[in-house]
Amino acid sequence: MIKEQGVFGIFSYIDSTVQAIKKLREADFKNLRVFSPFPSHEIEEALERRESIVRFFTLTGATLGALCGLTLTILTSLDWPIRTSAKPIVSLPPFMIFVFELTVLFGSLATLLGLLINSRLRRNAPRIMYDPRFSEDKFGIAVVCKIEDIRKVEEILKLSGADEIQFEGI
Amino acid sequence: MNQESALTYSKVNHDIIRMLDKPTVKWWSLFIFDLAVLAFGLFCFLYQVYTGLGVAGYRHPVFWAVYITNFVFWVGIAHSGTLISAILYLFRARFRMSIYRISEAMTVFAVLTAGLFPIIHLGRPWSFYWLLPYPNQRELWVNFRSPLLWDVFAVGTYLTVSSIFFFVGMIPDIAAIRDRVKEIPRKIIYTILSLGWKGSTWEWGHYTRAYFYFAAFATPLVISVHSVVSWDFAMSNVPGWHSTIFPPYFVAGAIFSGLAMVITLVVPIRKIFHLEQFITIANFEGMAKMIILTSLIVTYAYVVEFFMAWYSGNPYEWGQFMYRAKGDYALFYWIMIFCNSVVPLLLWFKKVRTNIKALFIISLFINIGMWFERFNIIVISLSHDFEPGGWGLYRVSWVELGVTAGSFAWFFMFFLLFIKILPALSISEIKEILPAPTREAKAR
Repeated sequence: MIKEQGVFGIFSYIDSTVQAIKKLREADFKNLRVFSPFPSHEIEEALERRESIVRFFTLTGATLGALCGLTLTILTSLDWPIRTSAKPIVSLPPFMIFVFELTVLFGSLATLLGLLINSRLRRNAPRIMYDPRFSEDKFGIAVVCKIEDIRKVEEILKLSGADEIQFEGI
Repeated sequence: MNQESALTYSKVNHDIIRMLDKPTVKWWSLFIFDLAVLAFGLFCFLYQVYTGLGVAGYRHPVFWAVYITNFVFWVGIAHSGTLISAILYLFRARFRMSIYRISEAMTVFAVLTAGLFPIIHLGRPWSFYWLLPYPNQRELWVNFRSPLLWDVFAVGTYLTVSSIFFFVGMIPDIAAIRDRVKEIPRKIIYTILSLGWKGSTWEWGHYTRAYFYFAAFATPLVISVHSVVSWDFAMSNVPGWHSTIFPPYFVAGAIFSGLAMVITLVVPIRKIFHLEQFITIANFEGMAKMIILTSLIVTYAYVVEFFMAWYSGNPYEWGQFMYRAKGDYALFYWIMIFCNSVVPLLLWFKKVRTNIKALFIISLFINIGMWFERFNIIVISLSHDFEPGGWGLYRVSWVELGVTAGSFAWFFMFFLLFIKILPALSISEIKEILPAPTREAKAR
């Protein structure tokens, strides 16, 4: 794996972090990774991220679940048709319970899959461009940039109020 | 909020992760006692498997008794976990933040307990997998029109979805533990469980969206599960069971009993781990208000059942309800009314619902009352159906009591392990409700 190079600022305050993101984006540094101990709307807005595509996984899973519920109940009932209590072989009202349960089940499993795939989890513990304090009380911005831009990025981070600045892969 | 403002992000991490320190002698003694009760429960179950279901007190006409009561009781307990974690999340109720993890854990462990009872209740428990639809050599499929199969799908889905919800909600907090612990075996375990979480905006974006969908799925699911459990009874024509009010009645009862169990669990945890700053009186008051609401719904259902039995002019139905109030099991009926309808009325007084000891005692009464509610519905209805010649009395056996005690031990075993292995409060969500640190505020 090629080690990424860049500058890495650690912040104590959320407003300084947001300010730094805005300034970096204005200076045309778009490859930013921001870390925070909790989800923050301010940071997300500053980064202008697109909405998560997990929703498409959810929709696909839920639709597949509903179809599975329908086919499982109908086809197995037709496969061995026994009439009970004078009810039709394909009794849709009770079958709807299975359609509902499988919609929820497949929808949830697909959402989990969507989360794991899209957030690129399931990797080993973070080693580069990470500081354990991010899960406690610090915010961080990692800027992946060319060697010649490093000074410029460092200056923006410093002026915005970064407590510490580290360099990766340099 | 004053208490909250004294909290800092570091203190939140420190205080919650501190709960995972080495277990004390008290914890070990409690755990060993719990395992001993569980072992006795297991012995009772094995004795029953070896001897036959006769030792479970089943006599004509009562063939559904304490085991099914326990099943409905534990499924009910599981419900408020999802209410607090999912429904209150969708409504953005802030008082859920510090208690939802404990109630989610309670949900998962209660479903794990509930799921055992239909199997314990089987004459040949090793054949339980026949309930699953799978291709087999006889080309037989399960009967999708049977309420018992609805149960299998509903409870199975509920266990899966609530477990996913529980685990996903913990990922950022497990990462916080990973970053703090030093000892090698624990570090490795938490590193694996945290799935490499870094807390980047990228991760949070997908995470919050996924969490929202889990909550959106869990909300109708929780209502469906107890509706399905109620149809186990309502779909038959036994007097006392055959009623259209069962689904809302059961759902309200489930939330009612689950909230009481949350209070029963949270009060000692709060005291032992000194979590007064996190779990405030306002949290308890919010739960107490929901208990008042659900108690009133349950009481209304008790009254409506009687009214419908009378108004329908059906002698069997009316006979059943008169038997409940005045017959052989009247004591259990009135215990239920006292615990579920009378005792919760005390919560109308602010002094009572803000008094932790009083709340704890009331929650115990509700737990007992709700267990008897299920017992009354199941056993009394079967004891006294249509034919006077077919009426009979049921007597509980020591085997059933042993298995019941074992089920409580099974539940508490998971719970005791949970509070020592995983974060019992949500670190990241508590930080969300704290004022974010800003340079501006610092300058002021």
